Amino acid sequence: MKPAPFEYCRADTLDEALDLMAEFGSDASVLAGGMSLGPMLNMRLARPAAVIDINPVGELAGIGAAEDGIETGAVCRQVDALDSALVRERVPLLAEALPFVGHFQTRNRGTMGGSVCHADPSAEIPLTLIALDGAVVLQRKGGARTAAANDFFEGIFATAREPDELVTALRWPGRSADTGYAFDEIAQRRGDFAIGAAAAAATVANDGTVTALALGLGGIEDRPRRADLSEFVGAPAVPETAAEAAAVAADRVDPIGDPKVSAAYRRQLVRVLGARVLERAFERAGA
Amino acid sequence: MLRLKPGTKQRVTVTVNGTPRGGYAESRTLLSDFLRHELKLFGTHVGCEHGVCGTCTVDVDGRAVRSCLRYAVQVDGAEIGTVEGLAENGTLSPLQEAFRRHHALQCGFCTAGILISATQFLETNPNPTEDEVRDMLSGHICRCTGYEGMVRAILDVAGEAS
Repeated sequence: MKPAPFEYCRADTLDEALDLMAEFGSDASVLAGGMSLGPMLNMRLARPAAVIDINPVGELAGIGAAEDGIETGAVCRQVDALDSALVRERVPLLAEALPFVGHFQTRNRGTMGGSVCHADPSAEIPLTLIALDGAVVLQRKGGARTAAANDFFEGIFATAREPDELVTALRWPGRSADTGYAFDEIAQRRGDFAIGAAAAAATVANDGTVTALALGLGGIEDRPRRADLSEFVGAPAVPETAAEAAAVAADRVDPIGDPKVSAAYRRQLVRVLGARVLERAFERAGA
Repeated sequence: MLRLKPGTKQRVTVTVNGTPRGGYAESRTLLSDFLRHELKLFGTHVGCEHGVCGTCTVDVDGRAVRSCLRYAVQVDGAEIGTVEGLAENGTLSPLQEAFRRHHALQCGFCTAGILISATQFLETNPNPTEDEVRDMLSGHICRCTGYEGMVRAILDVAGEAS
């Protein structure tokens, strides 16, 4: 399996990358780590006229402290985020999710931005960004905008990125006081695509009641999504609440069914994984 | 900026196992094919060619990566390590010795990639737990299913080094 011929364009600076995006638009594929684009090119599922390699753009590789959290550059390697003390300190949910992303060998090259742009419904990085209500920074020649993660993912491999726009960074809100976070997933094999994944953030007051609650679900629907569980604000942060909230989330999802995994099984995973991560988040909020 | 039209060839110079090497590659030439066909380094094997099996794993600038998901033109100037570079002057590396001692290879097709992964893994994590070793090995497929020997070999050499 070899890719069809393409024009290789190596951008050494952000300006060069944006010029190339303006020139090619939807005729080009952006090459970050290549962990998803590479297979698509090799299998000829994608046959772009040009491949724009943004790996040499140094300013897209970093992890930086932002006002109330952190920002990861588009070509920040997953392994660098995993090894980052800043990520562990400020965005513990991301630190817990990253070991589930692919394998040691793919995290060595795979990027944070690439995973978000590829928008596989089962991917952990998009799910975590959704659960934390993070944002995607996009740039085009002569302009920039920030899209809420909630508005960015539009379906299987589909995002709100315009053809001439480059995702340059992801914004991760930092941990909040009295908030616990938890991530878990079910896959057939270690490192394989998640059949279902769940990410929770729960804020618990001193009197033991839930004051904020987020449950992100991945692999269940055509895109990662946050379940609306606002009715559980004010409930006690106990395992029963976690189970009830997960059951409500399970009733409200519209799960994908495929020949290997039925929609009913995915709904059941929301119940089980949802309860598991919410309960853990409650415990950690109190700790 | 570098622009390379489809079908045209570009000179690519790399350091492989400490030796400067060069060859020509099209934009779409995979690093795995460049190593094998252009540099005649057949130790790196090619399995699935879509990043799943791990047999083509090589070390690029200190990190074990899939060479089937990298284009040769991307590694111009890089330091590359392949299985041919593990033994020194005909003496197997401690990890290779441990693989032999623990019968960690059967047909041997997946071994080249696993040795490269395990070598870099042990550099970053010299005292791994068994669980961490198994997690690292999940990035490789051994169709002989001979993982037990590999786990023992890697833990053995890790223990030795510490």
